[in-house]
Amino acid sequence: MEIQKLMKKGMVASIPMIVGGIPFGILFGSLAMSNGLSPWFAIAMSSLVFAGSAQFVALGLIFIDAPLWVIVSTTFIVNLRHILYAADMVKFIKHLPLKWRMLIGFGLIDESYAAVRPLYGNQQINVENGHYAFLGSFLSFYLMWQISTLIGVVAGELIPGMSEWGLEFAMVTTFIGIITPYLKSTQLKPVAPYWVALFGASFTSLVLNGLPNNLGLLFAALVGVTMGFLATKQTANSIVKEGV
Amino acid sequence: MATSYLVFIILGMFAVTFGIRFCLFAKANKVVMPNWIEGALGFVPISVLSAIIVPMIFMPDGRLDVGLDNPWLLGALAAFVIGLIKQNQLLTILVGVVVFYLSKLFI
Repeated sequence: MEIQKLMKKGMVASIPMIVGGIPFGILFGSLAMSNGLSPWFAIAMSSLVFAGSAQFVALGLIFIDAPLWVIVSTTFIVNLRHILYAADMVKFIKHLPLKWRMLIGFGLIDESYAAVRPLYGNQQINVENGHYAFLGSFLSFYLMWQISTLIGVVAGELIPGMSEWGLEFAMVTTFIGIITPYLKSTQLKPVAPYWVALFGASFTSLVLNGLPNNLGLLFAALVGVTMGFLATKQTANSIVKEGV
Repeated sequence: MATSYLVFIILGMFAVTFGIRFCLFAKANKVVMPNWIEGALGFVPISVLSAIIVPMIFMPDGRLDVGLDNPWLLGALAAFVIGLIKQNQLLTILVGVVVFYLSKLFI
């Protein structure tokens, strides 16, 4: 398959989440403005950091004059989940040259992982050519994020109070759109462990919501992963027993 | 706000974010994942993403709100149901946003 087709495949898989990302980027730009930051700051952060939820958390911390080390370490915690995506992607990209690995690392966000990873799973792309699909997905998300940040910067100046419109709800539905396919049963996988992970992570995130620096998020994620994993073992054991 | 403070924020955030995403790729050839880690990783997206959004949905004002007058809950429920039935991401996102804003408007 030629490179353009592969890139297009990655882009097409990303379209729904791009739609969901636009309001979120606009909100980021306008929030930065209403917090009295310069347009350059918002643009530089979106283009260099490229991490939606961490950028929001950072804005909140800047707003309360948090020290630099708090902002950087909070970013670390909020983005720590990406190492888990990287751990899952390593097997597909380990043969690639360094510059490709750097590019994919830079662009490894929730959305591009969620868009491209299933394409490997259902054999639409493979180890040989999948990185082009990832590039297509990454470029479209990157472009969307920069443009929507810019729109937010401009709109935030013109339309006061925009940050109270609840635009971050777009992130909620986007993430729901990523989650639900895991929960629908197919012949390929037992679906119960994913429900277990969902409830484990959700419940824990509510209970630990008060913890500082988003630590509740990290713990909730760990609880979800552990419970899902244990539930898989349980399911596998019962299948073995029934088989006998 | 001091410009250097803001510049260092961006540089620091860039360094940790890129560091996290890239560190396993740096020596990708030498990274060997044990089987059980592979198995556990499959649960990462659903766990992380639900841990991010569930507090936003159920605690929009920092307090638990499970009433049917909570637009965040209504929009999320609508998106969740459509997502499960239709398996169409774009539809899921759009229905969620529409229900969210309609209930914001009428409640």
